[in-house]
Amino acid sequence: MESLTTWIEGLLADNTIFTLQTLSYYGEGLTTTVQLVFLSLIIGLVLAVPLAIGRGSQHRWIKLPIFFYCYVFRGTPLLVQLYLIYYGVVFIEGIQDTWLWVLLEKPFVPALIAFTLNTAAYTTEIFRGAIKSTPKGEIEAARAYGMSWWLMMRRIVLPSAFRRALPAYGNEVIFMLHASAIASVVTIMDLTGAARFVYARFYAPFDAFLFVAAIYLCLTFAILYLFRYLERRLLAHLRPSSQ
Amino acid sequence: MQTVLGISLIGATLFAGSANADVRDIRIGVDVPYEPMEFRTPDGELTGFDIELGNALCAEIGIQCEWVVQGWDGIIPGLMARKYDAIMSSMTINDDRRKQVLFSDPYFTPPSAWFAPSASDIEMPYPQTLEGSTIGVQRGTLQDNYVTDNFGDVADINRYATADDMVLDMDAGRLDIVFLDFPVGKATLIDSNAGDYKVIGEMITEPKEYFGDGFGIAFRQRDEDLANAFNEALSTLKDNGTYEDIYGEYFGAK
Repeated sequence: MESLTTWIEGLLADNTIFTLQTLSYYGEGLTTTVQLVFLSLIIGLVLAVPLAIGRGSQHRWIKLPIFFYCYVFRGTPLLVQLYLIYYGVVFIEGIQDTWLWVLLEKPFVPALIAFTLNTAAYTTEIFRGAIKSTPKGEIEAARAYGMSWWLMMRRIVLPSAFRRALPAYGNEVIFMLHASAIASVVTIMDLTGAARFVYARFYAPFDAFLFVAAIYLCLTFAILYLFRYLERRLLAHLRPSSQ
Repeated sequence: MQTVLGISLIGATLFAGSANADVRDIRIGVDVPYEPMEFRTPDGELTGFDIELGNALCAEIGIQCEWVVQGWDGIIPGLMARKYDAIMSSMTINDDRRKQVLFSDPYFTPPSAWFAPSASDIEMPYPQTLEGSTIGVQRGTLQDNYVTDNFGDVADINRYATADDMVLDMDAGRLDIVFLDFPVGKATLIDSNAGDYKVIGEMITEPKEYFGDGFGIAFRQRDEDLANAFNEALSTLKDNGTYEDIYGEYFGAK
């Protein structure tokens, strides 16, 4: 570790912008961005599965609220949702006296809530579409076997829906990564926050933002690769047999 | 008759010269509005910190000064083209401008200050009491640089795009303390929330590395006598309390 630091220092010797200090800002930013995006995607996914099932329900009182939720969160910019959750909650009477305030005081949790609700809304719609397009024959076959609704969901509908949703969900993950760039407006030092800091400090927009663009690009490719791999594994039965 | 006139003219010149070299009445260029430094009152009169200090300086030197309003982008060319003889318009002294114009001594360094809720127990010296606190600054400002370098290791720093966002979070109780241009903090925190906030410690204008050289009056390079006259008058006004009175009028007592 010691020698790595010295090596980097030697590499940066004549560089006024990319010092160990600014690189550490980018490093912290990378950690924050990955945490924020990963956590919101995981929680969003967990929320989205029951919501997607409920969205296709026959009961109006289950179907309509979920429809409304998706409609609102997909119909408004994430930036506005973030502002509402970070700056807006401040104006709820008495909120600062409840235990909620401990969570909402720092910017991380409000951002996480905004991102999670946003991605859950999109993911719900993606899964609903996938569930809806389950071939009728599979459902009829499951019924003919005397499967209960729950067993049918678990064994037949959801697994095949997950596979079909995979390419669209991969896009959602990448969109979420890119959308997370707005976290710095509520003072979070994410990747974009680090870039904005370096830009403002050294008046060097190209250096600061090209560097951060390269990091985002690497992350995007990593996600793309992961989803390619998953698709190849999980959708293997759909490929032409000659391959 | 001509000789008498000639002698009296020489006498007058000598007399004036004994007071202030050959300083004559001048015109001063200014870009308005830039409240509270220079702006117009509702009835159209020029006023502000620069204007009042400038008038006081001219009175001290014993010359008549006329203000000429000029847009910022053409303010240095205007000086070179002799549309006026000095610029007193919150111009920060820096090396690029020094190549073109001659600056007086700095007459004002916009101070920064710490603002905190009235109940706050943060006090001097800062590094110890700021440990573990959350400091608000406007991103990319000199205050940001100062706080980042000096307290980045001991405190959390929240950086905001605008001073308004920062004030909102201060009201929300998310920030322990903010570091701002004093006039901005006074207007947004102290004046509009009577009693809720206070200034902690002294105004901060040092070190120069962060806070710059301050505002100077600009002259043409050759007008050294004029610049000297203004420098002398400035130090007189600082000594006799006039400067402090004008300062207090616009920024509150030091």
